Amino acid sequence: MRARRNTVRKMGKTLSLIVLVKQVPEIEKVRFDYEKGRLDRSSAGAVINPFDLNALEVAVRVKEKTDAVVTAISMGPKQAGESLRDAIARGADKGVLLADEKFAGADTLATSNALASAIRKLGSFDLVVCGEKTIDGDTAQVGPEVAELLAIPCAAYVEEILEVHRSRIVVKSKMGKNYHISEVTFPALITVTKDVNTPRLPSLRDKLRSRKIEVTTWGAEDLSAVAQMRCFGLSGSPTWVARIYAPPSRRRGPRIIEGTAEEKARTLAKALRNLDVLR
Amino acid sequence: MKERGNVLVFAEQEDGEVHQVAYELLGKGRKLADRLQVGLDSVLLGHKMDNKSVDLIQYGADRVFLYDHPSLQEFDLIRYSRNIARLVAEENSEIFIIGATRIGRVLAPRLAASLRTGLTADCVDLDIDKDGNLVQIRPAFSGNIMAQIKTKTKPQMATVRYKVMEMNTKDPHRKGTVVRKEVELINDTGVRILKKPKANEVNLAEAEVIVSGGRGLRKPEDFNLLQELAGILGGVVGSSRPLVDAGWISKDHQVGFSGNTAKPRVYVACGISGAPQHLFGMRDSDVIVAINSDPSAPIFNVADYGIVGDIYEILPALIRELKQKPGKEDLS
Repeated sequence: MRARRNTVRKMGKTLSLIVLVKQVPEIEKVRFDYEKGRLDRSSAGAVINPFDLNALEVAVRVKEKTDAVVTAISMGPKQAGESLRDAIARGADKGVLLADEKFAGADTLATSNALASAIRKLGSFDLVVCGEKTIDGDTAQVGPEVAELLAIPCAAYVEEILEVHRSRIVVKSKMGKNYHISEVTFPALITVTKDVNTPRLPSLRDKLRSRKIEVTTWGAEDLSAVAQMRCFGLSGSPTWVARIYAPPSRRRGPRIIEGTAEEKARTLAKALRNLDVLR
Repeated sequence: MKERGNVLVFAEQEDGEVHQVAYELLGKGRKLADRLQVGLDSVLLGHKMDNKSVDLIQYGADRVFLYDHPSLQEFDLIRYSRNIARLVAEENSEIFIIGATRIGRVLAPRLAASLRTGLTADCVDLDIDKDGNLVQIRPAFSGNIMAQIKTKTKPQMATVRYKVMEMNTKDPHRKGTVVRKEVELINDTGVRILKKPKANEVNLAEAEVIVSGGRGLRKPEDFNLLQELAGILGGVVGSSRPLVDAGWISKDHQVGFSGNTAKPRVYVACGISGAPQHLFGMRDSDVIVAINSDPSAPIFNVADYGIVGDIYEILPALIRELKQKPGKEDLS
């Protein structure tokens, strides 16, 4: 059995896996400045989007079972290179950072255009793995958009990887009232939920090793052979934020029910009966 | 006058049933179309869905584009997006809205990228500005802020959260047209559904009553107490995020920004302090009941009925009361 698996490994090509990662602020430390009417991120550090850690873990686990190369790609400012080194410490082989002022101000379509262009420039690949969404943007749009721009099949909200083969993957995702157990043929893209696995923590040794690895940085010009410049950044973004504001708070002024525990329960029971929800 | 295209609503179906969010979108879509003085279209893909097409008209659509083929019975991202993309290009739709269900949230971006247009995710409201542009309103940063987004390209696309828009009452006399479209057939889309096991999960979005637990619970088994109350009230059990993260209850029970948005008739919050992330997922409930030992808990700010007290005293007493037949004093 083992001999056979080894044969397959030798005969098969090396799988090329791509993971898309985004550097995000630690969301619980972002505050809305009511006076200035804007977000205050000053106290928030930067981390890899938590869902992207699940995506990375999917790729690294595939690599542990078969010949595969994992490339992490991120778009963001120079500092986002840190996230790629973090991804390398967690098992990625290479990191590509898309950093250029021309990428700035991108909405999901412009972001997807940049990421899809970078994937095209890297050449052939088998599987792109993305987190279900980012915690700051929370759109869940970039994965499916990248898949369309690359004209490849896509399975979203994957919560279990059932089988990985040389040319296809079998995944489980929940869609509507049912689970879909789907076979997806490479090249393909999947987006994964945080239920798919528990991401590993990088060891100190891997952290130190990743410090020495050079992350490739590409600007917009580096993608000129595979994309049109005007589809990046602000100019490539069809959506724009017209206004941000604090959400209206709902103050109902509750009726506080007083009395002993029994009296409170009796009054509430009566109120619930009047609402006519009892079975 | 510049000629505008119509407003288009995607009618999601699963196992031959149209998802309720489609009817809600028709309610909102009707208002947007009337403001712009254009028609309201809907697109439905599936097999043998003729009577459902009529339903869409009775809920507000003027025209229904029906794609009927056995290969469209199950959602397939590429078959759906290719057929719809062609329709949108032909019809030059002005606005295209899609329910923010999982199917909608994977279909919409695929379409937006194909049509090279903008898309706003998970909107909670839509409006038309004075220039006739679509204003897309969505929460951002865990619901800490609201953002108004506009789109420079056409169609202006948005996914819209389930249970935030009002649906119109079904009008059996309403007339419209069902346009049967030729289906572009695609043999191999690269994704093949092998099995479709039923998901046995609680559906908070559709619950009439939710009894939710938070950090005031002492141990996982205490959800039984909430379950008992939920059973009497004909509802289901919900949870705040910390208990889901701690593994006390499965994620499908989670109410809040990163869980489910619920709009039940009655929401009973037991031992929930009311973090903004939680309030986000339940504050639009019709009636909110809060039981918490801390009188300064933010949950009381959104509650209609508040009880300051220990859930371990109040809940058993409440269950006893509700199990009794209403006595004379209750009828007074």
